[in-house]
Amino acid sequence: MMSAPKIGVVSCSGECCVEGTISRIATRLVLEKLRPGNTVTICLPLFSTGEKGERMFAKYFPTIAVDGCEKRCTKNAIEKYSGKTARSIMVSDLLKDWGLSSLGPRRELNEEGLKAASRLAEEIAAVMDDIFARSRP
Amino acid sequence: MNALTDPIIVMTCSGIGKPFGTIAREATYCVVEDLRKEETDTTCLSLLVMGDEDAIRLVKSHRCIAIDGCPSECAKKNLELSGAKLAASFRVVDILRDYKDLKPQTVTFLDEDGRRLARLIAERVALKIDELNRGGNP
Repeated sequence: MMSAPKIGVVSCSGECCVEGTISRIATRLVLEKLRPGNTVTICLPLFSTGEKGERMFAKYFPTIAVDGCEKRCTKNAIEKYSGKTARSIMVSDLLKDWGLSSLGPRRELNEEGLKAASRLAEEIAAVMDDIFARSRP
Repeated sequence: MNALTDPIIVMTCSGIGKPFGTIAREATYCVVEDLRKEETDTTCLSLLVMGDEDAIRLVKSHRCIAIDGCPSECAKKNLELSGAKLAASFRVVDILRDYKDLKPQTVTFLDEDGRRLARLIAERVALKIDELNRGGNP
């Protein structure tokens, strides 16, 4: 039996801002609920501490970088240590497009923040579906 | 160095696959927002990973404490790679062994045991901060 195709969804750590919290929670929602069979998450700092497994995965499987802010740490880390990302999502830009700004504190999202995380998770899942569709022969 | 005005930087790992990373993060927030708000600060570990100049300057010029979820010790190792002044480090997996009644299970949103463990870790970190600010050995 063939195993399900995998995509790495890598979130920024973003401990200093609420956009980071939204990135992490959305990534977990994709892993747990939306695309559990197709998603692999990787801790971003493992790229720089020389973990070969993380670097190799991102080298040979498509990855989606989910970044909270314009510093784009995730996209830059993947491309520095492994290879080009399949897609890059900038959470702060999406939140602006969606007109969302009262998301709660970085430590614990409020109701609007949780809704934003769910919406972002749907966005990530849609990007995954698009990558799979384009990779079919 | 003036211990009272110079904040200690508490860096958490970015663990996303197991409860330990979420617990490390909650413990960090508990220290910097509740227990030792005036004496500490934090920043994103991702910034250190990518060599952000401001983040590196921050950890080089302040005492730092790492809170790591697992034995990979990403926070501690990235601080060391950045030339930080590492004053202490803690690992969630080690501290969990002291509280065998606690069985944290959830990752995205911490369960009650995860929150209790985070608080216990934060209290240990706060005591270490007090020791450092009294001039104890980093």
